[in-house]
Amino acid sequence: MGNVLTIILQRLALGLLTLLIVSIVIFVAVNLLPGDFAQNILGQGATEEAVASIRRDLGLDQPMLSRYFGWLAGVLQGDFGSSFAQMNFASFSGTTSGATTVAEQIAPRFANTMFLAMVTAIIAVPVAITLGVLAALYRNTVFDRVANITTLSSISSPEFFLAYILILFLAVLNPILPSLSNIYEGMAFSERLEKSLLPALTLTLVVTAHMMRMTRAAIINLLASPYIEMARLKGLSPMRVIVKHALPNALAPIINVIALNLAYLITGVVVVEVVFVYPGIGQLFVDSVKIRDIPVVQACCLIFAAAYILLNLTADIMSILSNPRLRHPK
Amino acid sequence: MSESPLVKIRGIKLEGRSDEKWNPIINGIDLTLARGEVLGLIGESGAGKSTLGLAAMGYTRDGVRISDGTVEFDGIDLLKASAAVKRGLLGKRIAYVAQSAAASFNPAHKLMDQHVEGPVQHGVMSRSESEADAIELYRKLRLPNPEEIGFRYPHQVSGGQLQRAMTAMAMSCRPDLIIFDEPTTALDVTTQIEVLASIRDIVEQFNTAAIYITHDLAVVAQMADRIKVLLKGDEVETADTRTMLSAPTQDYTKSLWAVRSFERPNKPAVQTGSVPVISVQNVDAAYGKVPVLYDVSFDMHSGRTVAVVGESGSGKSTTARCITGLLPPTAGQILLDGEVLPPDYRKRSKDQLRQVQMIYQMADTALNPRMSIGQIIARPVQFYLGLTGAEKRRKVDALLEQIELEPSEYYNRLPSELSGGQKQRIGIARALAAEPKFIICDEVTSALDQLVAEGILRLLARLQDELSLSYMFITHDLATVKAIADEVVVMKDGRVVEQGGKVEMFKPPHHAYTDLLLSSVPEMDPDWLTNLLAQRGVDNIGDAAVDKM
Repeated sequence: MGNVLTIILQRLALGLLTLLIVSIVIFVAVNLLPGDFAQNILGQGATEEAVASIRRDLGLDQPMLSRYFGWLAGVLQGDFGSSFAQMNFASFSGTTSGATTVAEQIAPRFANTMFLAMVTAIIAVPVAITLGVLAALYRNTVFDRVANITTLSSISSPEFFLAYILILFLAVLNPILPSLSNIYEGMAFSERLEKSLLPALTLTLVVTAHMMRMTRAAIINLLASPYIEMARLKGLSPMRVIVKHALPNALAPIINVIALNLAYLITGVVVVEVVFVYPGIGQLFVDSVKIRDIPVVQACCLIFAAAYILLNLTADIMSILSNPRLRHPK
Repeated sequence: MSESPLVKIRGIKLEGRSDEKWNPIINGIDLTLARGEVLGLIGESGAGKSTLGLAAMGYTRDGVRISDGTVEFDGIDLLKASAAVKRGLLGKRIAYVAQSAAASFNPAHKLMDQHVEGPVQHGVMSRSESEADAIELYRKLRLPNPEEIGFRYPHQVSGGQLQRAMTAMAMSCRPDLIIFDEPTTALDVTTQIEVLASIRDIVEQFNTAAIYITHDLAVVAQMADRIKVLLKGDEVETADTRTMLSAPTQDYTKSLWAVRSFERPNKPAVQTGSVPVISVQNVDAAYGKVPVLYDVSFDMHSGRTVAVVGESGSGKSTTARCITGLLPPTAGQILLDGEVLPPDYRKRSKDQLRQVQMIYQMADTALNPRMSIGQIIARPVQFYLGLTGAEKRRKVDALLEQIELEPSEYYNRLPSELSGGQKQRIGIARALAAEPKFIICDEVTSALDQLVAEGILRLLARLQDELSLSYMFITHDLATVKAIADEVVVMKDGRVVEQGGKVEMFKPPHHAYTDLLLSSVPEMDPDWLTNLLAQRGVDNIGDAAVDKM
C-alpha cells in the first residue's frame, strides 16, 4: 500500500501545480476580455473620473502582475478576497452587512451544487451500471438497442430541451414535482430533495449514456477472455458470469468515466441551473464573468479545477484498488 | 456399471467463421469414450483438437458452429439439450481444464472462491464442505500449504501450482468427464512432470474419464489409454497407446514420430586460441534495481551454435538483450571479434549493429503487419548495405531464395497471408539481410508445430554451413538442443550453472540441475513417467527438486 500513498502525494502535488497554472490562465484570460468591472458597472455614459475612482478603490489601476501576486498571496493565507460587486455595493450604501468575502459568497452556492451533484450521482450511477450490465447480458437484442438509443438520444439533446420536456411531463401535465428549484438555507431536507429532483433527473439523462455505454463496452471486451470461458464451462448462469466474473475486472475504465461525469456535474450544469432557477455555483460563475468580477471568477475556477483533480485522483486510486495484483502484491 | 459409453460423438462437423464465410474445422469425426478411460487427442495446431474437445462438452466458442453430427453424454443429447440442462451438466458432470491456468483463473477472486463456486451453484455441497474438500484435493495434488494456498489470488501462485489448482477445481464436483486442453504446454519441463503426475494420479483415483488434448506425443504417451491422431480436421488413426507408439500405421503418424530424429553431426572442438565472434564476459544485469544476471560468461565461435537453455526466468533472454545492447549490463563486457562493444546499442557503430542480428519467438508480432514481405526485407538491406533500386530488389530476391520461398510469389504479400513457418522464415531473411556474423535465435521454433519447426532448424543449419554464421540459440526445449547445438550453456536464476560441448553435456555426470532438466524431458516410452517418479521418489519431483537446489 506504500506505493499508493506515494501516488496520492505525487498527484496532490501535481494538482497544486495545476491549480496555480489554472489561476494564471484565468487571470490573464479575464484581463484580455474587453472592458473591466468599473466600465461594466457604470455603463456607457460613465465619466472618466467615476471609472478611475472605482478602479482606484478596487485596486484595478495597479499593474496586472502586482494584482495577481497580491491575490495569490491572499489565497495562500486562505483569503480569496472580496467580490468587486459586493465591495462596490458596500461602499455605495455604506453598509458592510451580508456576504462580502468571496468565500462567504461562494460557500452556500457551492453547497447547493454539491447537493444537486450528489442527488444526481445517487440516481445516475446505479442506473447506468445496471443498464450497462443488462445491455451486456442481452447484447444485440431489442433491449440492448432500446437502451442504447434512449440514452444516446438523451445525451444528444440539448440540456434545456430535456429540462423543458421533463417540466412539461412531470410538472405541467402531471403536477408531481415542482418546476422551480428555488431552494434556500434552512429548508427541510425532504423539501430540498423534492425541489432538486427535476434538475437531478435532467442531469441523470445527460450523464447516464456515457457511463452505461462504457460499462457495456468494458464488460463485452472481457467476454472473450479465458476466465469468462472457464466460468461458462463451470455451468454458471449468464448473469452470474457477467456480474461475478466480468464486472470486477471491468471496473477501472468504468470508474474513470464515472469520475469524469461527476466532475461535469459539479462544473458544467449552468444551463440546468438557469432553467430551474437553481441557486448553484454555475450561475454565480457566469454572472461574475459578465461583470468581470475577477475574485469570484478566480475562486470558482479553482473550485472547478480542484473538483476535476480530486475526482480523477479518486478514480485512479479506486482503479488501483480494484486490481488485486496491486492490492495484494506477491 | 452400464456398458453404454460415457461420450458418444458421431459424424461431428464443426465450422468456423472467417472472411465472411463458414470454413470447415472438423470434417465428420466419431469419438467414443468409456467410463474411466483417458483418450489422448493429438495433432498440430489448427488440427481442431481444442474445438473437438469443447464440442464434446456441447460447447462452441464464438464464431464456431456445429453443422452436423451428434454429441451424447451419458445418453443425453447435448446438441438438443436446453441451455439450462447443459448448464446443469457443465462443471458438475463435465469439467474443463484450460491450457493457461494463469489466464483461466479470474484475477479478481481468490482460488478458493472460484473453487467452491461450482459445487455451491450446482447444489452439490455447501460452501464449508466444499472448502474442506478443496483442501483435501490440494493435498492430493501435492500443492504446497494446502490449507492456505486457496486463500491466495491467482497472481500470487506459480504457473505449475495454478494448473494443479485448476485440476482440483475441475474435480470439485467429482465429474464423470474432464477435458484437459493442453494443460502443461505453457509450463517448464521440470514443472510439467509434477503436473502430469498429479493429474494422472487423481484421474485414476476417482476413475474419471478424460480427454487429454496435446501436441506433445511424449506427454500423451504418459497420460492416455488410447490415442486419436487428428490432421486438419480429419482423424488419421486411433489405437491404444502402446500399439500407436510401437506400430503406427499411417504415414502422417510416422512422420510425427520421426521429427525428433533430426540431429546435426558433431563438429570438431574449437581450436584453442581462435578469437570468438561474441564473447560475454562476467556480465551482470538488472531491471531497475532488481538484479537478474550474475557473472555470466561464455564464448560463441564462428560457424557454431551455442544453445542457451534454462527455465523461464533463468535469464536467457536477458543475456540476449545485453548482447544486442538493448539492456546495458551493470558490470562486465561484451566483445565482438575481440573488441569491446559499447554497452548501449545507441553508442554502437552501424557496422557493429549489423554484425549482431536477432530472430524472435513470435514471428506474428515481430513482422509489421502493414508492410509487404519485400518491404520488410528491403529495409535492412537499404539501411545496412546502402543498396537501392534494382540492386536492392536483386538482394531481396536472393534472400527469399535462400529461405526457400519463391520471390515472385511472396514479394508483394503481407505477413497475414503467410503461415507460421513462413513468417519465421521471413524473420530469418530479415536477419540475414544485414549480412551479420552472429544471430540470436530467441525460442524461434517454440511457437511452431514439430514438422514446421524441424524445417526451420534444417534451414538454419544449412545457412550456418553456407555462411559460417554463429548462432546463439535460446530455448527451453532440449530436443532442439540435441538437434542443432555444438555447445550448451545451462542457466538457472541468472547464473550459468554448467557449460560445455554438446556431447559432454548430454553424457553423465552432470551438474544436478542439468541432470534434472535432462531427465524431465518426456520420452516416448509410456512407462517413462512411472519409472522416473519411482526413481526420484514422490517428494522429489519437479518443483520440489528445483527448490532443493
